[in-house]
Amino acid sequence: MASPAAWKETLVDLAGLKLRLNRAGSGQALLVLHHDIGSLDRLPFYDALAERFDVLVPQHPGYGQSERPVWMRSVRDLAVLYRLLLGQLGIERASLVGLGFGGWIAAEMATMAPRDLGGLVLVGAMGIKPPDGDILDQALLSYIDYARAGFHDPRRFEAVYGAEPSTDQLVEWDICREMNFRLAWKPYMYSQTLPHLLRGVGAPALVVWGDDDRIVPRSAGDRYVSALPQARLAIVESCGHHVDMEKPLELARLVTSFLGVA
Amino acid sequence: MHIMYFTEQPMSAYPAEEGLRFGATALMFSNRHFDPVAGSRLYNEYIEQYLHAETMGFDGIMLNEHHNAPFCMQAKANIFASILAGMTQRVKIVMLGNPLPLAENPVRLAEELAMIDMISKGRLVSGFVRGGGQEQLATGVNPAFNRERFEEAHDLVVKAWTQPGPFRWEGAHYQHRVVNPWALPLQKPYPRVWIPGVISRETIVWAARHRYPYIALNTSVEQTNRIWQVYDETAAEAGYQSGPEYHGYLKQVHVAETEEKAIENARQFMWMQGEFTGLAHPVWSTPSGYSSPENRRGFVEFSTGRGTSPRRRPPFEEQLATSMIIAGTPKTVIAKLKHVMEQTRPGIMALWANDGAVSHQDSMTCIRLFGQEVLPAMRDIARSLDLKSPFEAESPVSIDYSTDLKPRVPAA
Repeated sequence: MASPAAWKETLVDLAGLKLRLNRAGSGQALLVLHHDIGSLDRLPFYDALAERFDVLVPQHPGYGQSERPVWMRSVRDLAVLYRLLLGQLGIERASLVGLGFGGWIAAEMATMAPRDLGGLVLVGAMGIKPPDGDILDQALLSYIDYARAGFHDPRRFEAVYGAEPSTDQLVEWDICREMNFRLAWKPYMYSQTLPHLLRGVGAPALVVWGDDDRIVPRSAGDRYVSALPQARLAIVESCGHHVDMEKPLELARLVTSFLGVA
Repeated sequence: MHIMYFTEQPMSAYPAEEGLRFGATALMFSNRHFDPVAGSRLYNEYIEQYLHAETMGFDGIMLNEHHNAPFCMQAKANIFASILAGMTQRVKIVMLGNPLPLAENPVRLAEELAMIDMISKGRLVSGFVRGGGQEQLATGVNPAFNRERFEEAHDLVVKAWTQPGPFRWEGAHYQHRVVNPWALPLQKPYPRVWIPGVISRETIVWAARHRYPYIALNTSVEQTNRIWQVYDETAAEAGYQSGPEYHGYLKQVHVAETEEKAIENARQFMWMQGEFTGLAHPVWSTPSGYSSPENRRGFVEFSTGRGTSPRRRPPFEEQLATSMIIAGTPKTVIAKLKHVMEQTRPGIMALWANDGAVSHQDSMTCIRLFGQEVLPAMRDIARSLDLKSPFEAESPVSIDYSTDLKPRVPAA
């Protein structure tokens, strides 16, 4: 990387909410949707993408310090909200990168208007019931254990969050968890209708999975690939659920080459 | 004063070492350790103890409900309430209470409670609770909507009891085409509602705003008086004068023929490491969204071992010394209870008398000694301190049925 990307943070008025948006880079618009445990503001993965794309990283409303939309009840509501965001920003064609829980949001968005997406990248995406195994239930795990379970290599977790995450971080994880419960308590972290709607998606899709994803079973990735009309699977080796934090440059290369701007 | 008998109905016949090995005795502690033969014996012993409590002069029997844990055998409080409605003659059946948010259909709850009230000939006190954190997980109910569901289910139950049907209910969490239950409470306008609690300020304020007595569950004298302060201030804002008839207090009190026996049995109050709700797992006992946002920081620190449990109990000897646990012969117990009553001035008291593996025989002896010696003394003390129950004070069932509300005088 030549120099760190120049990120600009704005608060976007959207459907009565104040949405926190970080944006950097230029080129094709790329909307990056973060995990269920929120996201740090700056990550090497975001910086790497900003070298090639106009990268938009919103903070999901209700996650972290942003205002909670008390009315929101489903991940589909979030998908609609991000469609409103793209419309309001005048972005007519965007590509989506959905990370874990964010992958569910991205998949929902893709089902809504089949022709306006450049490409769809789903990384360890939640949102459909794995044919084999279950999505790891954070309700039964401590914040730290759940976040750690997303990494193949504990040293990578520690590089991002520290060996002992701060209490502020724990509070943020608790806030995120509360919002996850508000949106996806039951059935836990999947939609029963999404797999059927995925058949109508027109955008090409890249489904990325860490080979050691202990949060969302790989079988869910296979099901995404079979449900989406134009999808292929890429496996990242020695990697857990948080591919973006564990193998940021490898994932950025996959995204870049998939979207044809390498 | 209204004096109730209480036991958690412990499922004491499980291998305690397995619980310690697992590290928790709730939610995920496997029910392969549950013994239905022992369960059958214990349920029937508890029925016998309740009947004895009525015979020996208790005013009420307090019932509660928990799930997936050996510390409490009542998976549905209304079942024991129904049994007592038919088998007892005089005691109040005090539910403390039905966990409202766990109800997927509060109208059905309203029907069950109405049946209990009619069968018992008007002896139901229908307390409501939010349910413990792990209860939400055990029953699959979203902890993030716990308080909203509590309040909405309450409003629906009270409406079902007081407004002629049929009516339609279109709420945030409950929707009903037709509410028209053909089972209505005998007591009018509706059975008394008492609200137990231990930690959430919101619940104290909610109870006071509804003019429902608040029952402090096994809190210290200092915590109890802080609760009364919040309650009484809210009551004044709502336009009525609070007092002992709105203040209830649950205490762990065991009485036996000798001091030694009483202390030995009272140790059973610590049978699950002294945790109030069993050997709890910090993540399961406080799912995200369940507790007040103001307690968020304390709970996340506790859940990772960085802070102490907000529900932590001191060691047994310390609890004895501070009268958190009261145990002894009737003479000892009366003296300590008198002190506690003077310090906290409740109009309702629940005596949590037997826990853990206290034998059936010792439980029956404890109940007898309460009836023969402790209850009469408590009544004398209550009279001298003017501690009246809601029944004696004839306080209204709720704020909506109050005729004495005073508009708040604006501050000068």
